[in-house]
Amino acid sequence: MDILQALILTVITAATPLLLAGVGEAVVERAGVLNLGVEGMMVMGAVSGFGAAYVTGSPYLGVVASILAGTGLALLFAILTQTFLANQVASGLALTLLGLGLSGLIGEAFVGLPGTKVEKLVFPALSDIPFIGRILFAQDLIVYLSFLLTAVVSYVLFRTRLGLVVRAIGNNHDSAHALGYGVIAIRYLCILFGGACAGLAGGYLSLAYTPQWIENMTAGRGWIALALVVFASWLPWRVAVGAYLFGAVTILGFFVQGMGWGIPSQFLSSLPYIVTIIALVIISASRTISRAAAPACLGRSFVPDR
Amino acid sequence: MQLLFERRPERSRGLMLLSPVIALLLTALVGAVIFALRGLDPLHALYVYFIEPLTTLWSVEQLLVKAAPLVLIGAGLSIAYIANVWNIGAEGQFTIGAVFGGMLPVLFPDFQSPLVLPLMLIMGLLGGMICGFIPAFLKNRFAANEILTSLMLVYVAGLLLDWLVRGPWRDPHGFNFPKTVTFSGWQMLPTIGTTVHIGVVIALVTALALAFLLDRTIKGFEIRVLGSAPRAGIFAGFSRPRMVMFAFLLSGGLAGLAGICEVASTVGQLQPTISPGYGFTAIIVAFLGRLNPIGVIVSGLILALSYMGGESAQVALGISDKIAKVFQGILLFFILACDTFILYRPRVVSRRAAPELAPAE
Repeated sequence: MDILQALILTVITAATPLLLAGVGEAVVERAGVLNLGVEGMMVMGAVSGFGAAYVTGSPYLGVVASILAGTGLALLFAILTQTFLANQVASGLALTLLGLGLSGLIGEAFVGLPGTKVEKLVFPALSDIPFIGRILFAQDLIVYLSFLLTAVVSYVLFRTRLGLVVRAIGNNHDSAHALGYGVIAIRYLCILFGGACAGLAGGYLSLAYTPQWIENMTAGRGWIALALVVFASWLPWRVAVGAYLFGAVTILGFFVQGMGWGIPSQFLSSLPYIVTIIALVIISASRTISRAAAPACLGRSFVPDR
Repeated sequence: MQLLFERRPERSRGLMLLSPVIALLLTALVGAVIFALRGLDPLHALYVYFIEPLTTLWSVEQLLVKAAPLVLIGAGLSIAYIANVWNIGAEGQFTIGAVFGGMLPVLFPDFQSPLVLPLMLIMGLLGGMICGFIPAFLKNRFAANEILTSLMLVYVAGLLLDWLVRGPWRDPHGFNFPKTVTFSGWQMLPTIGTTVHIGVVIALVTALALAFLLDRTIKGFEIRVLGSAPRAGIFAGFSRPRMVMFAFLLSGGLAGLAGICEVASTVGQLQPTISPGYGFTAIIVAFLGRLNPIGVIVSGLILALSYMGGESAQVALGISDKIAKVFQGILLFFILACDTFILYRPRVVSRRAAPELAPAE
């Protein structure tokens, strides 16, 4: 029982950054924008969060800084793709390259420093419930937030007028424009939201998952989050399911390594990437799912006819 | 007041060439600000970064050596991007090329003959092609997004190399360092001058050949039509899946060739890290070079200069060479922003003139 409980606890920590970044990107893509810069925004969130927490001593200020860093980088992407109408694939790559470079430069001063960790919020009575108590009621703020975010995004996207507008813009920006909705403005807001989520996901890595700064510490998680959105057919709750499956795969790697079967660690480390490819293949192969769900205007710039 | 862009009747050719120049100047400007913020004299710092590496013969040779892989990979990526095929896993194809090509000297260190090097190069090419084949096949057969699959393979390739040099391929006499035996004799690329190796010539010839392919052959026409007007291309009888495969095999193969050239010259062995991110930087090279193999020769030299500048800035200014990556990222941003003006004309309108558009905050 204890091993299983410990296992589930570590799966949660591995899944949370994927969930946060994935839900944010799902909103961006629902609005018809493909932001491939998740990795860059995440890694900037990680370094800014660590730096702010180290300087101020408060991990919560670190969380705020990581959100701001992700949003700031997303603003650059928004200006480039929405105002300057640049190619979204190339702009997203630029964002990732810039984020990785800048975080390396900023983070050089932080390498090897001890980090501050976001403490767990333990609910007094509830956390004493056997087995599930520690899993459900003794997590840190960001984990609770990730679930809240998934629920809120799910609700807003599919149960409110705003969500309908966002989805309409993603599916047919010309019609949405003709109806009088501000396509560019809404897309700006969605991109910024996605950036905030990716930044927070990065902050979780450097403030909770492993409270320290290591260069390139996101290790492709931003890209996995992007794949998750496809895997989840752009549905927030399925992003959550996917994030936990991937979290489980990552932890399985560590677990098998601990068994001492002599499997090279590099093979186990490559598991999440290989599983991502396989998951993408499976979900893309069933065309009925992926075709129907993808926002029709995904990745296309909007130029109003005037 | 609001900035809007209107479509030009046709693309501006003048701006097409001017845009990268403006982007470079803007990057230098941002560079000056960064240096000033770090308390350095911006003009001196820019001189150290961008001009000093060009002042000695040794560093000019280094520049050529660093430009070679960038040009080789960038030229292949240009073709892929023109065809609207997004291979962003060149770093992984580079690694697999190095692994495949390096297999010969690692497993048969005593095999010395004029045949070794050509075999190594062919193996490297094949390795890159195999690594490029996977995303293309998955795209064609299962409609899996090639951006994500090619990128995932970068991590897998890196871990494979890591395992090989720490495990089965480790040099038994290497004092447990994670590296293979050192390549020697016929296993190394011959040099012209002191450090320039024939990889530089290979890159140059390849870029010229690809320029010819693109401008003067029916295949080049096919690449362009399928990239810019896919429906027209299909009506013309061109096959999109075959183009995806072609673009991936070509760009992957060239990245693999760049990989084996790099380990058979500068690096001289297999080790956990064999590239300072050439596969990713080559994406910037391709865009700066206007997705044109000739342009890529120029932009490859410029990006190689950014690596060199980073090194000299570290020595002379005490600033981390990681600044090179920052400059490269900023440069790509500015190129993409400046390229907007090729297709669109800017217009500043007052809020009242365009009531149907909410301003972008």
